[in-house]
Amino acid sequence: MLGNGILKGLTETARNFFGSYVGKERLTTVQYPEERLPQIEAARSFPFLVYDGADWQQGMRCVGCQICEKECPPKCIFIEKSKDKKPDAVGKQQFYPAVFNIDISVCMSCQICVEVCPFEAIKMDVDYNLSSDDRFGGLLFDKHRLAKSNEYYNTIHPTEAGAVDARLAEDRAKAEAKAKAAADAKAAAPGAPGTPSLGAPASTAPAQSTDGEPK
Amino acid sequence: MIQAFDQIFVLAKHWLLGFVPAIAQPLCSAILSVIPVLIAFPLLFAITTWLERKGLGRIQNRYGPNRAGPYGLFQPIADAIKSLTKEDIIPVTADRMVHFLAPLLLASAAFLAYAVLPIGRNMVIVNLDAGVLFFFAVGSVVELSVFMAGWSSRSKYSLLGAMRAIAQMISYEVPLVLASVVVIMQAGSLSTVSIVNKQAGYTGIWPHWFVFTPWGLVGFVLFMIAATAESNRSPFDLPEGESEIIAGYYIEYSGFKFALFFLGEYLGMFATSGMAITLFLGGWSAPLSFLTWIPSYIWFFAKLVTLICGFIWIRGTLPRLRMDQLMNLAWQFILPMALINMLVAGIWHFMPSGVLRWLVCAAVAAAPCILLSFGLKKKKKFQVRTYRFAD
Repeated sequence: MLGNGILKGLTETARNFFGSYVGKERLTTVQYPEERLPQIEAARSFPFLVYDGADWQQGMRCVGCQICEKECPPKCIFIEKSKDKKPDAVGKQQFYPAVFNIDISVCMSCQICVEVCPFEAIKMDVDYNLSSDDRFGGLLFDKHRLAKSNEYYNTIHPTEAGAVDARLAEDRAKAEAKAKAAADAKAAAPGAPGTPSLGAPASTAPAQSTDGEPK
Repeated sequence: MIQAFDQIFVLAKHWLLGFVPAIAQPLCSAILSVIPVLIAFPLLFAITTWLERKGLGRIQNRYGPNRAGPYGLFQPIADAIKSLTKEDIIPVTADRMVHFLAPLLLASAAFLAYAVLPIGRNMVIVNLDAGVLFFFAVGSVVELSVFMAGWSSRSKYSLLGAMRAIAQMISYEVPLVLASVVVIMQAGSLSTVSIVNKQAGYTGIWPHWFVFTPWGLVGFVLFMIAATAESNRSPFDLPEGESEIIAGYYIEYSGFKFALFFLGEYLGMFATSGMAITLFLGGWSAPLSFLTWIPSYIWFFAKLVTLICGFIWIRGTLPRLRMDQLMNLAWQFILPMALINMLVAGIWHFMPSGVLRWLVCAAVAAAPCILLSFGLKKKKKFQVRTYRFAD
């Protein structure tokens, strides 16, 4: 019959029209500012710097090695190394970044910086509400803005952060055992001067995170 | 009391005219008749844009506009402010005068068509003896303004769009007029007011609308198809094709002129819908005899909104036709059906009333419909295309 297909189409659209008022499952739209979809764990937006403990400056894992700066394909990372040293997450004396800037208007979220970092210091964030009315300053993140705690890292990527924490704890234990062995050897050897300066500060700064298991 | 409520606008106008000296009364009377139309129909346009976006949204399982005001009701106001504040760009090579006049002509032609539409009992701006003729004459001015827009913009897209639009509008104007001829044959008048009066009676509770006769039903369907094509609405929205000619003949228009085109297109749609109501759906008369206490203008607008919802529903359902399909439908199906429908109306007129008349007329209308539909459904043979190049 002529017009059969038209009638079929009209019933289908009518069903859609009335169905969208009856059944909520037809309306797939998420009304963004009020409603949000739950974040998937593998989501990533831009990098951030992880710190251990409460003080972001003291606990920053980054040692200013500048590998990420060199590897970054769009060259959006700028690092200035410090002159002095302070103990890192494992307890070794390291440099730290005096300046660490990421221009997220240039960053392409490739995650290469995360992959090359030997210190588990830079990780991918999931925050995407980053729009700003300041085109340059608002999108150039400095060290303070980039620093986020290990607890935060554990909440956004629990699986990945758990593995990282376990690995760090293992490294720390190994380093401590090594230091202890060295200290024992020194103690055994007569006339060893000074105190074991390597192990002592390590136990102060990252004390909380030494047993930092995923929460 | 009911009578007074029905005639409230007419009485108000007469009361207001009482304050005017006799010499100025004809002019004031005209102005008082025109102003409500100039307010009511643009308002309906605003409501329709909201209704359309909401309806299409729901058909596609979306929410539609819901940010501006409750249920997005202030969306038309936001749209109006936006289009008023936008920059009005005129191409350097455009014919400035014609480019400026085209949207004005379209909008004014669309408004002129309302002059003969009876939107209520005793509520018509002018009761012309050749009202239907006037309506179609004014309707064809739209084609002129479309071509003015396409030609003056000096852009190949707008010119092609205008040519498409003209080809389509002229093709469908013929069946549009022929579909309404049956009503003129039966009513014996070209005046819209007397056509409505002919349909105002009731048998039992059922109205004497022309759509409830075989020729009226066929005529109504043909009229509505042709009206859809006339107002460039989906599935006949060929003049604007995003993928081919972008916005068609009004591609070089922006800001308020574009809004005027939009307004004119919608007003044209309301006017042809209003004509369909006048010709086939009994104008302002109530659908059942015991509902006559509801004022006549409310019935007119209720029918109009129903037809608009039908247009939106069709738009949300059907994909666009190809240009050749569009022309085939016009010339191979709708035009012959409109001619046959005139024959049906003649048979109806000369046969004595009864069941036999119904059966004969329905058969005479249905048989060619089925036969012609075979022609439309004819399977096209697929073959390797051969090209000929100049040596």
